[in-house]
Order: sequence, then structure tokens, then C-alpha cells
Amino acid sequence: MAETVQSSDKGSDGSKNVIVDTGCANLSSVKFAIERLGFNVSVTDDIELIKRADKVIFPGVGSAKHAMENITNKGLIETLQTLTQPVLGFCLGMQLMTESSKEGANESVIECLGVIPTLVEPLDAKGNRLPHMGWNTLTNVANHPVLAGINVDDYFYFVHSFAAPISEYTIASCEYGSEFSAIIAKDNFIGCQFHPERSSALGSKIIQNFLELNSQELKTA
Amino acid sequence: MLARRIIPCLDVRDGKVVKGVQFRNHEIIGDIVPLAQKYAEAGADELVFYDITASADGRVVDKSWVSRIAEVIDIPFCVAGGIKSESDAKEILMMGADKISINSPALRDPTLISRLADHFGQQCVVVGIDSFYDKDTGTYQVYQFTGDEKRTKKTSWTTFDWIEKVVSLGAGEIVLNCMNQDGVRQGYDIEQLKQARAACNVPLIASGGAGTMEHFSDVYQQADVDGALAASVFHKGIIPISELKAYLKSQNIEVRPC
Repeated sequence: MAETVQSSDKGSDGSKNVIVDTGCANLSSVKFAIERLGFNVSVTDDIELIKRADKVIFPGVGSAKHAMENITNKGLIETLQTLTQPVLGFCLGMQLMTESSKEGANESVIECLGVIPTLVEPLDAKGNRLPHMGWNTLTNVANHPVLAGINVDDYFYFVHSFAAPISEYTIASCEYGSEFSAIIAKDNFIGCQFHPERSSALGSKIIQNFLELNSQELKTA
Repeated sequence: MLARRIIPCLDVRDGKVVKGVQFRNHEIIGDIVPLAQKYAEAGADELVFYDITASADGRVVDKSWVSRIAEVIDIPFCVAGGIKSESDAKEILMMGADKISINSPALRDPTLISRLADHFGQQCVVVGIDSFYDKDTGTYQVYQFTGDEKRTKKTSWTTFDWIEKVVSLGAGEIVLNCMNQDGVRQGYDIEQLKQARAACNVPLIASGGAGTMEHFSDVYQQADVDGALAASVFHKGIIPISELKAYLKSQNIEVRPC
């Protein structure tokens, strides 16, 4: 696991990292994971702070419906859609980056942010138990700066019943009954289906890669 | 491939990790945070913190330690004990726990399961079940308030009926604690877990009875559980997690390397 670094000057060089307060529950674990790496981060739903941040983390657990309601009520939709700095979504945060999410017993379609043109559907587990919960391996890993040092067969912690299918935006995949996107990315938006903040040293590596990204790297990725 | 999970369980009483035999005579094992950190570093896949006093005393878990654990560990963890409402659950999840586990309060009000699943998502709602095998009647019975010997009581639920009920209400995972085996290290209750496995299609975690590395391979191979929970064999250093994982791998069981 990552050692706690003493108050480092990473992040205090004037760069600002924010976690968007989506009103969902797992904000502290994400915040602690970033702080363990020695970076500063603040949790906020302030539109100006989010716009001015160098890096934006977009976490979430629970249902897409509740989360989209929270984001709408906070007046954050347009802000989030028009961000140009690197944005990293975790789990539900990733799902909210897509165009829509089908969920609930009646599989109603929830309109999402639409910054990555794919969608979220019930995971086709082909009889495997759901939720897909636990440590699973990546089956494909593309060449992307956020994936530096990450390889096929590395384990990450997943907890979900919905997933984005494999598409041109898939930069890492996983298999549970069928293949699905473990990470999707388009331009400055990157979303992980798994929980890097709960995926031990390799999860921390992804967070660190993201926080150390030069936003120019994404444009050429 | 999805790995089988190894889950040390830390029973918590008054902010200390304790362990009793068949739920009795609790002895102090150590402080929570350093133990949590030690297990995360040793290769545990997940941790469960079970405040064994909470349900029986009618008080909520002392919450400050939840956030202290979340600060230091980078693997998922679940908090159990005394979570009776959406607001109790929210507080614990806000402090950084990944899942909450409910037991006695779900027996008192089963709709709590669906309310929590609706609010926070099925994936973070674990239902713990304390099950006792009655040799005289040959039935598995669900018990309540097992954190306090004086208040422990049998419920009207049989174990497999209760499993089906909690799954239908939206439980995302089940921890089946086989009380006859708890703390005596004679092996998991394979027969009971097999039946539980057949009764549910959500992740199932075996609890109670781990004593040797073979007990773990038996429960994964014979009862097809997703995870195995244990306490004393880890706390007392009888089975180092790294050796356990190497052994399971040699038995062709999928595990995450330490």
C-alpha cells in the first residue's frame, strides 16, 4: 500500500485538485487516497473552484438517478460538461460521463453528462453472480498516460452491476461473463469503472498518473 | 478472472479489536488502525469491522475510528454493528467505509434492507446472518443480538428462508456466520454454505471455523463462496495471508497476489 508522504510540495506549487461534491457518499475515501499520495485536494461543489482547478476528480456511488438529480440541483451540469482540464471519474462518476445509463428494476434510461459518447447498460454477467464485486484483472490495456505502469492481469477492485460496453473509447477492459470497459476516455475525460482508491498500490498508481498528467499529454494520447 | 476474497474480520468493542470463542469471553487483540494497516499491507482483499457491542447495547458504533481507518488503508472495508437507519448508514459511508453490514436491525425491520439499497445502491448493502444448527431438530436457525450473550435470542426465521428474503429485498452480499463453528477452528460449515450458495445469487461470504489453509480451499472449492472471513487464525498469526494465498494458488484457486 502507499505510504503516507509527509506534507509534500506536490499540489502546493499552485496546482489545484478538486473532488466534485456530487452529494454521493464515498468522497472521504477518494480524498484520503489522494492525500496519501502527498497531493492537496479539496472537496467542493463551487462552480468557480471546479472551473479553475487543474485536475478534477468525479467520484460517485449509488444510483445514477440520485446522482444526476444532485448534480442538477447544484447547477453543475453545464460546468462539468464544459471542463477542459483533465477529469477522472470513478465508478458511478465514470458512468455519469456517458450519454445515458439504464438502471433500476424497470431499466429506465437516465440521461447523463454525455462527455464520452457511450452508454451504460446492465452488465451481461452470463449467469455469474451480481453485483460484480471484488478484485478482477484487466484483459486489455491501451497505451494511455493514465495507464503508465499498468498491465494486463493487474487486479483492481470492482463493485457494480452496470457497465459500459467495449467501444472505441475503451482504454482498458475487464471480463465478467462478458467483456466490458474498465476504463473509458475521450479527450480530457477519463472514467474508471473500478475503484482506484480501493485498489491498493496499482490503484494509487493510476491516481498518481492522473494527478501528474500534463494536460498536453492527453491531447496527443 | 474474479479472485476469491480473503477477509480478516476485526471484532471491535470499545474501540479495541477483540476476539471471543463462540461469541463469549472477549479478549483484547489490539488497536484498530495499526491492525487494519497491517492486514492491508499483508495482502488482505477486504476488511470487516464488526462492532459487537453496538446492536445489543442499542447504541451506534463509535464512528471516529471509521474515518481513521479510511485514512490509512487502500483496500475496501465494511462496517457492521448497530446500523439501524439510512442516516446511520450515510454517516458511516461518508466517513469512508465502502459497505455497511446490517444484522439484527434487518431482522427487526426487513424493509431497512430495501431502503438502504435504494438509497446507497445494492452494492454497499451487506446482510450478516448468524446461523445456529440445532442438532435436535436438524434445522438452521437465525439468531439475533449475538454481540451480547445475555440478549442473544433465536428468531422465527430459518436460515435459508431468511437468505431468500434478504436477497429479494435487495441485499448486495451475504455474510453467513455459522455460530457452531465460530472461533473453534475446525473448518467452515461446508454443508450449510453449500445450501446457502444454492439459495442466493449474490456474493456469499463464509464465516466461522477457519483453522487451517485447507479449510479455505475446501470452502472455495466445495461451497463456491466468493470470500472467506476469518479472525483468530489471522490475529494470532496462525496463517500468514501471503502463505495462504500461495497455497490457494497452488490449489488452482484464483487469488490476487499479495
